[in-house]
Amino acid sequence: MKRHHSLDFVVGLFVLAGIFAFLLLALKVSGLQDFSSVLGKDDTFVLKANFSNIGGLKPRSRVTIGGVNVGRVKNISLDSQNESYDAVVEMTFTPDVANKIPDDSTAGIRTAGLIGDNYIAITPGASENYLKSGETIVETNSALVLEDLISKFVFSKTSGTDADSEAPVAPASNAPSKNSKEDK
Amino acid sequence: MNDQNLEKYKPNWFQQLLDYMNLKINIIGFNTINYVESIGKAGIVLFIAMFHKPNFRKSFPLLLKQIYSVGVLSLPIILAASFFIGMVLGLQGYTILVKYGADQTVGQLIALSLVRELGPVVGALLFAGRAGSALTAEIGHMKATEQLASLEMMGIDPIHRVVTPRFWAGFYSLPLLTLIFNVVAIWGGFLVAVGWLGLDSGSFWSNMSAAVNFQEDVINGIIKSVVFGFVVTWVALYQGLEALPTSEGISMATTRTVVYSSLLILALDFVLTAIMFGGLA
Repeated sequence: MKRHHSLDFVVGLFVLAGIFAFLLLALKVSGLQDFSSVLGKDDTFVLKANFSNIGGLKPRSRVTIGGVNVGRVKNISLDSQNESYDAVVEMTFTPDVANKIPDDSTAGIRTAGLIGDNYIAITPGASENYLKSGETIVETNSALVLEDLISKFVFSKTSGTDADSEAPVAPASNAPSKNSKEDK
Repeated sequence: MNDQNLEKYKPNWFQQLLDYMNLKINIIGFNTINYVESIGKAGIVLFIAMFHKPNFRKSFPLLLKQIYSVGVLSLPIILAASFFIGMVLGLQGYTILVKYGADQTVGQLIALSLVRELGPVVGALLFAGRAGSALTAEIGHMKATEQLASLEMMGIDPIHRVVTPRFWAGFYSLPLLTLIFNVVAIWGGFLVAVGWLGLDSGSFWSNMSAAVNFQEDVINGIIKSVVFGFVVTWVALYQGLEALPTSEGISMATTRTVVYSSLLILALDFVLTAIMFGGLA
C-alpha cells in the first residue's frame, strides 16, 4: 500500500513538472503577459486605419504608443469597394487605452531597426474627442519601403540636376494624411 | 536429335520463367494484402483502445502505473539529452552569430529551434527508443507467455485491461516530457551563452520573449508532440500485439517499433511543419 502511495506521488510530481514547464514556456520564453489575448477576449476595443501601403505588416504585429505595446494587429484586408485600394488594418487594444485615443491621432507603420519587423506607432493628437470602438484613424503614414527609397535615390543621382521633376516617378507613399484626402 | 531436344526444352524453360514470375507476383500481392490487413488490425486495436467506455475507479490506478513506467522512467534520458542539446545550440549559435555581431539573438535562436522543432522531434525519438520499445517488448512477452490468452480465459478483455492504459499513458506523457525537454534545454543554452560566453542575460531573455509567439510556436510545438505521442504509442502497442510469440519475434517487433515510429515521426514532422509554419492551408 505504501508503495502505491509513493507511485501516486511520483506521477503527481511528473505532471506538476510538466505544468510548471508549460507556464515557464508561456510566461518567460514567449513573454505572454496578458492571458486575455490567448482567450480571445481582447476584441472589446477595435480601431481601423487605412494605409496605401502596409509594407511587411502582418496580423499579430505590435501596436505601440510612445514605444509602449498597447495592442496588436487583428486583421488586414483590402478595401476594394471605394476604388482606393487601401489596406484596411484592424487593431485591438488593451483595456487601459480603450476609449482614450484622441480622434486626431496619427497611425504610422514603422520598422524596428533596419531589417526588423513592421509595427504600428500611434501618435496621440490633442483633440478632446476620443475614438470609439470600430471607428477609423484618419491620419496615417504608410510603411517606409526601402526599395522605394533606394530607387528614388538612384533616380535622383542618374538624372542629375533635373531630379526634382523626376522624383515623383517613385510613389510618394510617405506623404502624411494622403489617405484622408482619398477617403472623401 | 539435338534439335529435337532443344524443341522439347525450350517451352519448358519458358514455362519455368513464367512460373517463377507468377510466384513473385503472387508474393507481391500476398505482401500487399498482408500489409493492408495489418493497417486494418492496427486501426481496430486503436479504435477499441480509444473508444472504450472507461471505468474511472478501476482504470485510473492502472493508468497511473503506466504513466510512471512510460513517462516518469523516461525522464532521466530526456533531462540529460535536453540539457546537452541546449548547451550545443548555445555554443554553435554563438560561434556563428558572433561573426555577424548578432550574438544577442542567441536566445531567440535557441528558443525558436527548440520549441518549434527539436523539442517535439528529439523528445519523440528518445521516447520511441526508451518507452516505445519497452511497451512492445512487454506486450510481446505477455503474448509469448500466454498471459493475454489467460486474461481472455478469465473473461477480461486484454485490450481494455493491458492496451488501453498504456495507450493513454503514452498519449499524456510525451507532451509533458516535451515541455520539460524544452525548458531544460533552454536552461542549458542559457548556462552556456550567459554563464560561460558572457552574453547579457537581459537581452538573452528579452530577445527570446520578443521572438517566440505563444500561440504560433509554443502551442504548435505541443500539438506536434501530442501527434507524435499518439503515433509512437500506437505503433508500439500494435507491434507488441502482433509479435511472433518467440524470443526472436519479440526482438524483431521491438526493432520494428523503433524504426517505424522514428520514420513516422520525421515524416509527420515535415507535414505538420508545412501546415503550421510553411504558409500552407
